[in-house]
Amino acid sequence: MTDIPYDKPRVVRFRLPLGFLSDLLHGAMHLVDLVVVPVQRRLGTQRMAYFFVLPNLLIFAVFILLPMLLNFYYAFTGGSALYPQDRPFVGTDNFEALFNCQNVFSPNPTTCQEDIFWRAVLNTGTFVVFQVGGMVLFALVTALALNRKIRWRGFFRSVFFYPVLLSPVVVALIWKWILQRDGLLNALLIAFGSDRIQFLLDPNWARFWVIFVSIWAQMGFYTLILLAGLQSIPAELYESAQIDGASSWNRFRYVTLPLLMPTLLVVVVLSLIRAVQVFDQAFALTGGGPGTATTYVVQYIYNTGFTSTSRQAGLAAAASVVLAGVLMLLTVTQLRLGRRAEVEET
Amino acid sequence: MRTVLDFLTNTRGKRQLSRGDWITYIYLSLGTVLMFGPVIWLALSSFKPQSQLVRFPPTLLPYRQETVTVAGYEQPLDLYTVTLPNGTTRRLAQVSRVGIEARMIDPAQPDEIITVNIKDRQPVESLYFGADNYLRGVVAFDFWRYFRNSAIVTVVSTLITLLVNSMAAFGLSKYRFKGRDVIFVIILSTLMVPLSVILVPVYLVINEIGWNNNLIGVIVPAAATPTGVFLLRQYMLTIPDELLDAARIDGASEWRIYWQVVLPLAGPALAVLAIFSVTWRWNDFLWPLIVLSRKELFTLQIGLNSFQGEFNTQWDMVLAMTVLTLLPITVVFAFLQRYITTGIATTGLK
Repeated sequence: MTDIPYDKPRVVRFRLPLGFLSDLLHGAMHLVDLVVVPVQRRLGTQRMAYFFVLPNLLIFAVFILLPMLLNFYYAFTGGSALYPQDRPFVGTDNFEALFNCQNVFSPNPTTCQEDIFWRAVLNTGTFVVFQVGGMVLFALVTALALNRKIRWRGFFRSVFFYPVLLSPVVVALIWKWILQRDGLLNALLIAFGSDRIQFLLDPNWARFWVIFVSIWAQMGFYTLILLAGLQSIPAELYESAQIDGASSWNRFRYVTLPLLMPTLLVVVVLSLIRAVQVFDQAFALTGGGPGTATTYVVQYIYNTGFTSTSRQAGLAAAASVVLAGVLMLLTVTQLRLGRRAEVEET
Repeated sequence: MRTVLDFLTNTRGKRQLSRGDWITYIYLSLGTVLMFGPVIWLALSSFKPQSQLVRFPPTLLPYRQETVTVAGYEQPLDLYTVTLPNGTTRRLAQVSRVGIEARMIDPAQPDEIITVNIKDRQPVESLYFGADNYLRGVVAFDFWRYFRNSAIVTVVSTLITLLVNSMAAFGLSKYRFKGRDVIFVIILSTLMVPLSVILVPVYLVINEIGWNNNLIGVIVPAAATPTGVFLLRQYMLTIPDELLDAARIDGASEWRIYWQVVLPLAGPALAVLAIFSVTWRWNDFLWPLIVLSRKELFTLQIGLNSFQGEFNTQWDMVLAMTVLTLLPITVVFAFLQRYITTGIATTGLK
C-alpha cells in the first residue's frame, strides 16, 4: 500500500498573541527570580515579607506620607515660594487668617478676612446635609425595590449602577446639556406652560442641581451595598413575622430596619466622607459659580493654592489641615461604628 | 380580557401582581428613565447637526433638512413644504431669504421664482444619524492623542497596581514579621487621606522628582491603591498555608510561590481589582489636572474639560466627544457588569 499524498484540511485559526505575552511574562518573572533568590538567602524566608511589601510602601511613603508631613509644615509657613526651605515660618498666622471671622453665617469681606473660605464651608455644609440625606433615602428605597421578587432585577440593578462608572466630567457635560438655556428640561417646562429657567445661572438652582447630579451619579454604589445588606437578612425572620401577623410596615420597622442598621450606618459615614470632599463633578458642572454659590472647600484649596495670581500655598495647606481634621473625625466615627456592629453581630 | 390581564400580570413566584409590585415596577421604570435617559439623550443629540442643536424645542431624534440639487445653482438647496395662498401645498426649494420673505423655486421648473412668506413654509426633514460631529470633533479635539494618553495611563497603571498590590497583599497575609500590623494600618489609613487634602505638597514632590508634565507622574503615584491591598489581602487569607509549605518543601523560592502558587489562586480577586483600577484610572480627574499642564499630555478627562470651556457654544463636537469618552467604560460595564456589581457588594469598596 502506498501513501496517497493528500492535502490535509487546513484549519486557519486566529490566535491572539497571548501565548507570546505569557511566555514573555514567565521569562521576566524567571529573571526576577534569579535576582530575588540571593535576597532570600540573605533575609531568610520570613523576612522576605519586607521585600514583597516594599514597592507598595515606597510609593505610599513618597506620594502620601511625605506630602502629609509637608502639608503640615506648609500650613505654618507663608510667602509665595514653592520650596519649603524658602518659606518663612509664620506660626499660626494662616489658621488665624482662616478663622478671623466675626460672623461665619454671613461671610463678607468686611467681617471675615477669608470670606470665600467661610462661604465655601457654608456651601459644603448645605451640600453635605442634603446630598447625604437625599442619597441615603433614595438608595434605601431603590435597594428595597430591587430586593423584591421581580422580573428583570439584574437589568434594573445595572441601570441604577451605570452612572457610578461615568467620569465626573462626562456626568457634568450630560447634565449641562439637559440644563442649558435651550435644553431638554426647559423645553419640557415650556411645554407644560412654565417659564424658562436659567438653571445654572441662578445660585439656588445651581446648588440644587449640583446636589441632584451628585446623587444621580453616586446613588447606585450605595444601593448595591444596601442591597447586599438586605440579602443577608435571613428569610426565616420574615416568615415567622408573617406567621405572627405582622403588617408589611411592621416587618420593615421591626425586622428590616434593625438588621440593616449596621450597613446603613456604614453607608451614611462613607457618603459623608465623600460629600465633604465634593469637588470635581461640581467644578466641571458650574465652575464654582454663579459667583461663589457652588464653591466648596476643596475648590477653595485648589483655587488658593494653584490658580490664584498670588499662590498662597500656606493658606491652602492650612485649609487642608482643617479639612483633614474633619475627615479624621468622620473616619474615627466610622471605625467606632464598625466595631460596635461587629460586637453586636457576635 | 381578564385572561390577558392575568397572563400579563403573572409573576414567577406568585400568581398575581400585588399593589406593592405595581408600585415597585413603576418606581423602577421611572428610575430607569431618570438614570439612563440622560445618557440616551446625549447619544441621540450627538448625531444632530449644529443647526438642529440650537433648535428649540428640540426634537427627540436627530433629523436633517432634505436638500435638492437644481441645475443652475452650485450649492444644494434646502427643501420646504410650502402652503400656497390658494390652499394647496407644494414642495419647493429655497433660493434665498430676505427678511420674512423667501424666494423659492420648484425643482422641476427652476425658471419660475415664487416668493413666499417664511411662515408658510415647513422644512422637509428626514431621520439622519450623521457622523459629521464625530469626524470633525476627532480632528478639532485631537481625540486620538488624548485617547492614547488615557490608554497608556490606564493600562500601565493597572498593571503596576496588580503587581505592587498583590506583592504587598502576599507579604501581609502569608508572613509573620515585625511591624506587619503597623504597616497594614498605615496602608489602610491612606484610604482616608484623599488627594484633595494634600494637593499642594503632592505638587511639590512631583515637581522635585521631575515628573510634572510627564505621564509617569500620573501613572506611578496612583498605582499603589490601598483598596487593592485590602481586597487582595482578604482574599489571600483564604488560601491555605499548607499549599505554600508544600511548595517550599519542593524547593520553590518565595518569589516562585508568590508567582506560581498564590497569584493563580487569587485570580478572581485580581480580576475585580483590574476592572476597578481600569475605571478609576480612566476617570481620574484631579490628579492629572495637577500633574499635567501641557496640552499634548492631557488625558481624555481633562482634555474634555478644557475643550468644553473653549467651545462653549459648540455643542455639536463637545457632545460627540463626550460620547466617545464614555464609550470604553460603557463597553467594559456591558461585558463585566456581573463581576463589578458582585465585587462591590462583597467588598463594600469602590
